Amino acid sequence: MKYLALRLIRAVLLLLGVSVLCFLFTEMAPGSFFDEMRLNPQVSPDTIASLRSRYGLDQPLVVRYGRWVRSAVRADFGYSIAYNSPVAPLLWTRAKNTLLLNTAAMVLTWLISVPLGVWIATLRRSAWDRAIDGLNSILISLPEIVVAVAVLAIVVRWRVLPVGGMSSVDLDALSHWARAREIATRMLLPVMILTLVEGGIIVRHVRAAVLEILDAPFVQASRALGISNVRLMLRHVLPVAANPIISLFGLSLAGLLSGSLLIEAICGWPGLGPLILDATLARDLYLVIGGIMLSTLFMLGGNLIADAMLLACDPRIRTGRANES
Amino acid sequence: MNRKASILILALAALHLALLFTGFLAPSDPIAQDRDLPYAPPTRLHFRDTSGWHLRPFVYALQPGPDAYTEDRSQSFPVRLMVRGNKYKLLGLVPLDWHLFGVDQPGKIAVLGTDEFGRDEFSRVLYGGQISVAAGILATLVALTAGATFGVVAGYYGWIVDESLMGAMELFLCLPWLYFLLGVRAFLPLHLSAIRTFFLLTAVIGLIGWARPARLVRGIVLTARTRNYVLAAKGFGGSDFYLMRRHILPEVRSVLVAQAALLVPRYIAAEVTLSFFGLGVNEPTASWGNMLSVLQRYSVLVSYQWLLAPAVALVITSVIYGLLADALLSRLKFQST
Repeated sequence: MKYLALRLIRAVLLLLGVSVLCFLFTEMAPGSFFDEMRLNPQVSPDTIASLRSRYGLDQPLVVRYGRWVRSAVRADFGYSIAYNSPVAPLLWTRAKNTLLLNTAAMVLTWLISVPLGVWIATLRRSAWDRAIDGLNSILISLPEIVVAVAVLAIVVRWRVLPVGGMSSVDLDALSHWARAREIATRMLLPVMILTLVEGGIIVRHVRAAVLEILDAPFVQASRALGISNVRLMLRHVLPVAANPIISLFGLSLAGLLSGSLLIEAICGWPGLGPLILDATLARDLYLVIGGIMLSTLFMLGGNLIADAMLLACDPRIRTGRANES
Repeated sequence: MNRKASILILALAALHLALLFTGFLAPSDPIAQDRDLPYAPPTRLHFRDTSGWHLRPFVYALQPGPDAYTEDRSQSFPVRLMVRGNKYKLLGLVPLDWHLFGVDQPGKIAVLGTDEFGRDEFSRVLYGGQISVAAGILATLVALTAGATFGVVAGYYGWIVDESLMGAMELFLCLPWLYFLLGVRAFLPLHLSAIRTFFLLTAVIGLIGWARPARLVRGIVLTARTRNYVLAAKGFGGSDFYLMRRHILPEVRSVLVAQAALLVPRYIAAEVTLSFFGLGVNEPTASWGNMLSVLQRYSVLVSYQWLLAPAVALVITSVIYGLLADALLSRLKFQST
């Protein structure tokens, strides 16, 4: 419990750091509403000063930070100039789409990668193992953008999948089932790319973790006792190998909101990514800052959940001897 | 293992030499447009005409046809080695106009076709590679310098210095870096000269990435600090700076090299990604990213496959670096056990 409490404190401190960073960002944002007023000869400096004091801009930095935090807690991240609306609802509608996409991709990736990694590990450094591992290291070193463009090129050329956006028809006009199917087919392409990009790393780590355990004496002993391979894997090897895999799972969780920016933008998925990208191009600063804050929040949350899971699964951490094995 | 690593290092050296001598290797000026030849396919090399076979390959000029380019067979242009063409500065110093290969004047050779403005794609891949790869390497230098400095300081001094630096490291590690990069980019003016964008980008990319190397370096320094020869040197009155430079940094070196092999392709990809979205190096200066950004139009993606050339170049670079990083990392693991 103490461990979890420490991690929680750590996360809160980090959140504080992030908020300071974001606040400084906001403060540094060039130009303020009053800059234009100052150019107007009919507005006296006194008026500007009184306006500034009404909005609290003459307060010291710390006070302003306190106010900023208070509004940020109420999910008020400011006002988007380009969309002419508050930032928070904009972010939420887009974040939902991103979460949908990434959750689907994450489930698929893990369902494929873990069994694959375990299976490759059982090949035990045979020629097959080496060949697959070699291919995998090439896959891992491919930049995300190239994978995305290449898959897109193939899909567009052979017209195997619908491309672009989340739907081609008005979603509200469809029944529930038709709507789900429409979204699912559109989602296939980005999910495929995300799986390719993320899967390789997970396979490699699962393989490495399992391989390490397979050499342990207790595995040989269990084998000698005649335990079936499946039972050996599920009951004895995987739980011991789980530690690095869970950390990786935490990273996956942490990236739920921020991992797919590039792919969303390339596939035209209406998620958080294209929104922030357009906001950057339009220099819509509060929107960008809101996006950073939201995705950082998810990062921290994911890391915290991973810590909790590690604690639940690994007795070595509970007893405070995590690094002895 | 050693054999594999040396092959990879040779390949890397060849790649970087090619980028260094781009002016000589590239047959044309990367920003010279030819509006009559947009999206021309890769020039075909011919060895045979009506008079029979030729040892020296030659090309024909292209004529815009109703739906595709056709070759004008009336006049042939032999491909020559060491021809004079546009002026460039070799290594940025020596003004020259010699090129490795080319064809006689009115003829044109575009080994990888041309882009939408009729610019030679092959030359642009080389020149763009200069920008992208240099951005990757410079950003890596920035990240590793900052990381090594902070890591050594944190590990060596410990206590509060360590705690606060570790806090900052963790903060940077949990930032979603692409979002953060976009955020920083949002503060910079959108349109900058290519040179300024280049340096600003490399600085930003590198500075965001300091945390991971710093954490690694700190870990090594923590163990190195208590080694007997370090303690002995300290006992003999070695200053902090001397100890760090003479005894602690050398232990860190191999880790830094492996990190460099890991980071360079990642930062090249970062530059490519930003330029792809129009936030990095701007036209007309070539970079792999802004060359790829035409592919955002599906029609281009389908019809003009040769414009995928920068992606192929990026793949080759990344894979070589990636495999080298693998080899170096597994060697490090082997040494430490």
